[in-house]
Parts: sequence; structure tokens; C-alpha cells
Amino acid sequence: MAVKSLKARHNALAEHNRQLEILNGGVFADGELPYFKDKLADLGQYPFRPNKLEILQINVGYMCNQVCEHCHVDAGPDRKEIMTRETMQQCLEVIKNTGAHTLDLTGGAPEMNPNFRWFVEEASKAGIKDFIVRSNLTIIRANKKYHDLPDFFKKHNVHVISSMPHYTRGKTDRQRGDGVFDKSIKALQELNAVGYGMPDSDLRLDLVYNPSGAFLPADQEAMERDFKKALKEDFNIQFHHLFAITNLPIARFLDYLIASENYEDYMYSLVEAYNPAAVANVMCTNTISVSWDGWLYDCDFNQMLGLKVASKVKHIKDYNEDLLNDRDIVISQHCYGCTAGAGSSCQGTVA
Amino acid sequence: MANNYYDPSDLRKFGNITEWSEELGNKFFEYYGKVFEEGALSAREKSLIALAVAHVVKCPYCIDAYTKDGLQRGITKEEMMEAVHAGAAIESGATLVHGVQMMNKYNKLSM
Ligand code: SF4
Ligand code: SF4
Repeated sequence: MAVKSLKARHNALAEHNRQLEILNGGVFADGELPYFKDKLADLGQYPFRPNKLEILQINVGYMCNQVCEHCHVDAGPDRKEIMTRETMQQCLEVIKNTGAHTLDLTGGAPEMNPNFRWFVEEASKAGIKDFIVRSNLTIIRANKKYHDLPDFFKKHNVHVISSMPHYTRGKTDRQRGDGVFDKSIKALQELNAVGYGMPDSDLRLDLVYNPSGAFLPADQEAMERDFKKALKEDFNIQFHHLFAITNLPIARFLDYLIASENYEDYMYSLVEAYNPAAVANVMCTNTISVSWDGWLYDCDFNQMLGLKVASKVKHIKDYNEDLLNDRDIVISQHCYGCTAGAGSSCQGTVA
Repeated sequence: MANNYYDPSDLRKFGNITEWSEELGNKFFEYYGKVFEEGALSAREKSLIALAVAHVVKCPYCIDAYTKDGLQRGITKEEMMEAVHAGAAIESGATLVHGVQMMNKYNKLSM
């Protein structure tokens, strides 16, 4: 596991422009691989346009208790960018009036924002159908003050989505750090204990799997079967669904790909696995992503590349759903990560 | 042309073999694809068999391909190594069982 964020290490890839140069240059500029926009043009889908807004995804800050090797957020304990209460207020106004049926809080570790609980309490009053918090699991065990999170989530009927790289200790700890596996198992057992993830429970607990290296995820259903069997047999843990998510070549995962000399092969794999049927349902077609400082993006990945929405409305304080929906989506070669194989989104496969 | 055998980037060009014999190439890839689908054996089991055979026939392209395939399927490195041993055991067993022929011949020729 990395010890510090790219930003704290003053790594050149902490700069958006450097990442975009790489994604637009190399094998793409040479013409060896086609640009993503050419693939969309073949489908008659360029410029790329959103459908109806369904998901409002709010990133409440890049601070995290972990420093995962593959993190596309470049999150970590050294990241100080977290959402203020004032910006949360602006988000709440939007949450009350949006047509979206899903609210999705992410980070970093969203729970580390000091206003997190207040925000969840207020937001849950808006009566949004599906209220998701993306929890990395270890945070529940990181400090006493987080031990009651399972009960807190339950009280507000939060849908918990948690990352779990593998059902074996070795693979999990290599990607996420020593001890992550044992803590995650403990956290899952505690979530189960309050009712999360049980077969007939309304308390939704889903897991996210993303590959621990320069390869693509396999069939989501097969992985779900393997995870369910292993976690039940070895630890008596239950959960609802497993989402298989492809790592996008952004931030620390991009750094890893380049440092391990896997970048070109990985881009070839993504382009080879390009599935036109996945295009219609990629995340940006039904999501707006809000950053800790209130800017609006087509998705969390574009947020991390500093690619704001191409709309007159760019900030949550000026939010206007109709105007926003009438925009072209900003794309680059990282988008191939969303259309590889069965496709990939924050809710797993899309095709 | 590269002045070495086995260039990793040649694996990406595997599909090009159809260019010089379209019918046979296409038939092969169709067959190949079908073989590795879920069947009486799971795709996961077949991936491990392929990995073992890749080692026995010593094909570096197949070793790369099925190591990656295994990783994608969540196959652990312990499972992969056991598969390689299964292949190696059959291969060495096949060598050693010929020792019986040697013994037979030796005995026949000896007084
Ligand atoms: S992947 Fe998630 S848990 Fe890991 S550092 Fe990034 S935000 Fe934190
Ligand atoms: S990376 Fe973002 S903009 Fe690109 S296809 Fe995926 S969701 Fe859409």
C-alpha cells in the first residue's frame, strides 16, 4: 500500500493536466489505438449526451483512513479537501428538489467529514428512495468514535456499499494495506449483526470488487457466487450483491500502471474489451457528481481529472437540473474503463 | 521483423492468422471460444486446465494469457501453482512410465 497520496509526494500525476496528457497521448496519439470519441462517433453518439438524471453523487472529501494503491481519488489521511457545512447546505437544497431517485455519498471515507452525521440526518429527511453511503469498512473499526456506524446507518435506512477486493487475506491486504482484511471482516460481521445484508433484510449491504492489479474484472455473477460462498463458509458473512468495477487509469492506479510498465497493455485490454452495448448505460448518462468544493462533474472520474461539466451551470450553488441535462458529456480515453466487457459503473456492470 | 523469437506484443496479433486462411482461422477461433464457455466444466475450471497445459506445451503466450485470465476470475496463486504441478506431474510421469519400456528392453536383451 502507498504511504502517502500522490499529492503529498508531489508526484507529477497529482496534476490533472499531466494525467490528461498521458490519456490523450502515447498509443492514442500514435494512432495505434482509437480515441474514445471515435468509438462514440461510430455509434452516432458523439457528442455524448445524458439521459434522465437518476443519481446525485456527492463526494464529501478526499480524506481517508486508507491509502489504497489503486485509488482513483488519490485519497488518504494527508488529504485535507473536505466539504464544508455551507456547501452541504447548498447540496441539501438540491437534494430536496431533485428528480434523482438515488443519493450516493462517497469520498475518501465520507465518515471522516466532521459534518457527515449531520448531513446524513438532514439528507435522509428529503425522502430520497435509495440513499447510499460508500463505506470502506475499515473506518468502522478505525476508531472508537466510528464503532456505532452500523447502528447509525440503520437508523437512517442507509444503503451501505463497501469495497472488498477479495475473500482472501493476501489479495486484500496487498491492495489496501496490512490488516485491512481482518478489519473488513469484523466490520461486515457487525453490519450483519444489526441486520445489514441478511437475505430478506431491507437493510441493503452490497460489496464492490475491483481487481488488485492490471487486469479486468471477470463475470460479476460468477464472482458474486465465489464471494458469497467463501465469506459464508469462512466467516459466516452475508451480503446482497457484488458489483464488479473496472479500475480506471486515473491517479494512483495510473501511477501504478506506469510504474509497473503495464500502462500500454492495460489500455489495449480496455480497448479490446470495448463493448458498444455498454455505452448506453455508463454512469455519466444518469449521474451528476458533486465535488467537496461544490463543483459539478459528469462522474467521479471526471472530477478527479478536473473535467468540470460543459454547461453554463458549473457549481452546486447555481444548480439547475434542466440546464444541466442539456449538456455534452466530457470524455477522454479513461472512459474505455466504463465500456470494457460487461461495462462498469459505481453500481457494477451495465450491459 | 524483430530479431528475437516470442515478442509479447505478438499475442495481440493472434487474430491476424485468419488473414491468410480465413475459413480455417475463423473455424478455429469459433471452436476455441466455444470450448472455454461454461459447460459441464465451469469456465473457471477450464481456465486452470488451460494454464496447466500451457506450461506442459511451454507456450509463453498461453502462460501470459491464462495467468491474466486466472487473475480476472479471482483464481488464487496457490490454485494456479497447483494446476502447474498437476501438469508437471503428468509430464514427468509420462517420461518415467517409459522407464518400464526401458526395463522391458533391457531384460529382453540381457541374459
Ligand atoms: S480506494 Fe477508497 S478506501 Fe481506498 S484510499 Fe481510496 S477512497 Fe480510501
Ligand atoms: S469515465 Fe465518466 S464520462 Fe467517461 S464514460 Fe465513464 S462515467 Fe462517462
